[in-house]
Amino acid sequence: MSVAEANPIPAAAPRVELKSLDTLWFQVGGTVCNLACTHCFVSCSPTNHTHEFLALAEVRRYLDEATRLGVREYYFTGGEPFLNPEMEAILEATLALGPATVLTNGLLLDPARCARLKKLADATDYSLDLRVSMDGYDAESNDPVRGAGTFERILAGVRNLHEAGLNPVITVTEVCREATTDSGKERFFALLRTMGIERPRLKVLPVFQIGAEAERGGAYESWQRLREGDAPAGDWDHLQCSACRMVTDQGVWVCPILVNEPTAKMGETLADTLGAFPLEHPACWTCHVYGVSCRT
Amino acid sequence: MSEKLIAPLTVHRGLATWGEKLVPLAAFRQAAAETGLRLTQREREAALRAYRKATADSTPVEGPYSRIAVFGGVYSNHLALAEVLEEAARRGAEAIYCLGDLGAFGPSPEKVRPLLSHGGVLAIQGNYEESLASGREDCNCGYTDPRDNHFAEISYRYTAQSCSPGFKAWMGTLPRRRRVRVGNRELLLVHGSPRRVNEFLFHSTSPAPFLEVLLDQNRCDGILCTHTGLHWQRRLPSGRDVVNVGVIGRPANDGNTHVWFAMLEAREKDGLGVELLPLRYDHSGLAAEMRREGLPEEFVETVLTGWWTTCLEILPARERAASRF
Ligand code: SF4
Ligand code: SF4
Repeated sequence: MSVAEANPIPAAAPRVELKSLDTLWFQVGGTVCNLACTHCFVSCSPTNHTHEFLALAEVRRYLDEATRLGVREYYFTGGEPFLNPEMEAILEATLALGPATVLTNGLLLDPARCARLKKLADATDYSLDLRVSMDGYDAESNDPVRGAGTFERILAGVRNLHEAGLNPVITVTEVCREATTDSGKERFFALLRTMGIERPRLKVLPVFQIGAEAERGGAYESWQRLREGDAPAGDWDHLQCSACRMVTDQGVWVCPILVNEPTAKMGETLADTLGAFPLEHPACWTCHVYGVSCRT
Repeated sequence: MSEKLIAPLTVHRGLATWGEKLVPLAAFRQAAAETGLRLTQREREAALRAYRKATADSTPVEGPYSRIAVFGGVYSNHLALAEVLEEAARRGAEAIYCLGDLGAFGPSPEKVRPLLSHGGVLAIQGNYEESLASGREDCNCGYTDPRDNHFAEISYRYTAQSCSPGFKAWMGTLPRRRRVRVGNRELLLVHGSPRRVNEFLFHSTSPAPFLEVLLDQNRCDGILCTHTGLHWQRRLPSGRDVVNVGVIGRPANDGNTHVWFAMLEAREKDGLGVELLPLRYDHSGLAAEMRREGLPEEFVETVLTGWWTTCLEILPARERAASRF
């Protein structure tokens, strides 16, 4: 059975081939989160069990397969990864095989955990990166999106990482309009510098108008779709799905964005998912137009 | 807490989010279970094997040699280039290879040309040569940080203006990869990686399993590369080697002013001997020349202190942590 048969698609949607499986994502926190941000494109919340935590044993099985495919880097997201009681053990197993990045909301980064993370980082040959999400450089801009009181708690997490000797990447979505301008970015840098972080790191991501964000900021319109011929020479290498896959507790999805679309599930093992994928979802339009990569 | 934030805290009880719809959990799980491929065990093994299979490559194999010298990233540092050629000869290199990026950063790019030809250096194209030879507007370094881009632009423009058309045309004739036999090992020489001229292979982001697959896909016993500016080597579980030879154009961001190159030799016991070697040169002479040419003081500082002041954004967490800036 071909992938086309598995995912019947409208004829107009272009298909992206998997060039190489460089980046493997794990939906390690499922869709469970201690926050319920109004712009969460995965609609995570404390009660959202669409995807459950991944167990260490499951992660190991995929890591085995990933090494045979020469995966270059591992990313962990959710939901909130550190709600998963096995998260640190999962990181340790992963860091024996390659570099890892954890996307976190920063709320569970107490000093003891940060010290343990630093230990993990020091014990491996490979890079460990923490990415902490914020949606404003003050409580006034951040808290309406992430929840009351979160700004201070996020900063405390960032400070704990910094004090443990880890320099996180601060991730901001374009819900924060200023983050798209140089002067807005400078405000984030200034905030981090006041915390003693001399080399602040920032990543700005566009919003995907799906999940909770569709309600907050508006859903996609019907013209926001990709069509054959949108990419010059049919080359879709700039899309992360040409080099990534996403593992959840229910199998392997094409990318970290479409985990709440059962149609974007590609198979049970990585070997099942080495074929092409049809870019029929409106979120694909954002990836293409903004050149998005969720990698750091 | 606003009303808006209280709603989602309970809204998902027993329900799944399917796109923007709420559906019973079981409905989502069943739809997911029914979607996608489910290959047989045998098909899976075949898919994994096919993925690792080597692609055809008609690059001729040079050698065999018993000892070669390899360096990358000259960055117009003709003083270090003269030094490395002497050092290679002293160490008995039978051939000398350069992995590209002849220009940028340093002064007077034309000065490296006679040294390369007199030294009989066998070179490949880096992203710099590709860009210069094809008249590109930028160096294709792939920086995203505006400050990195600013300095990359300055050095690219300077090199593009001070390079003769003849030199640029010659760069365009260089191969993009070479295969070289050292003893019984066939080594693939590339600039960034075998996949892309501007792919960064850093030590902390090039895990052994990834490199093993890259070697399989390119059917070789070792890969020699540069482009990151930082030297490292990894002996893989299969006994094969990947060596980033570093650059001779600027120091390795470790507070030392020397630069790095590699010697590779055939060995009875373990097949390939790899030595990464520091190289001293007249760095204050280079700094003086750079100032005369009006190059940015940030670059001069790097030459004099051994710490990078630009292009730091490309460094992975581990390499960045060891960095001063
Ligand atoms: S955006 Fe992140 S922190 Fe916020 S609800 Fe979604 S997963 Fe949780
Ligand atoms: S959402 Fe983006 S990454 Fe996912 S399949 Fe569409 S284009 Fe690819």
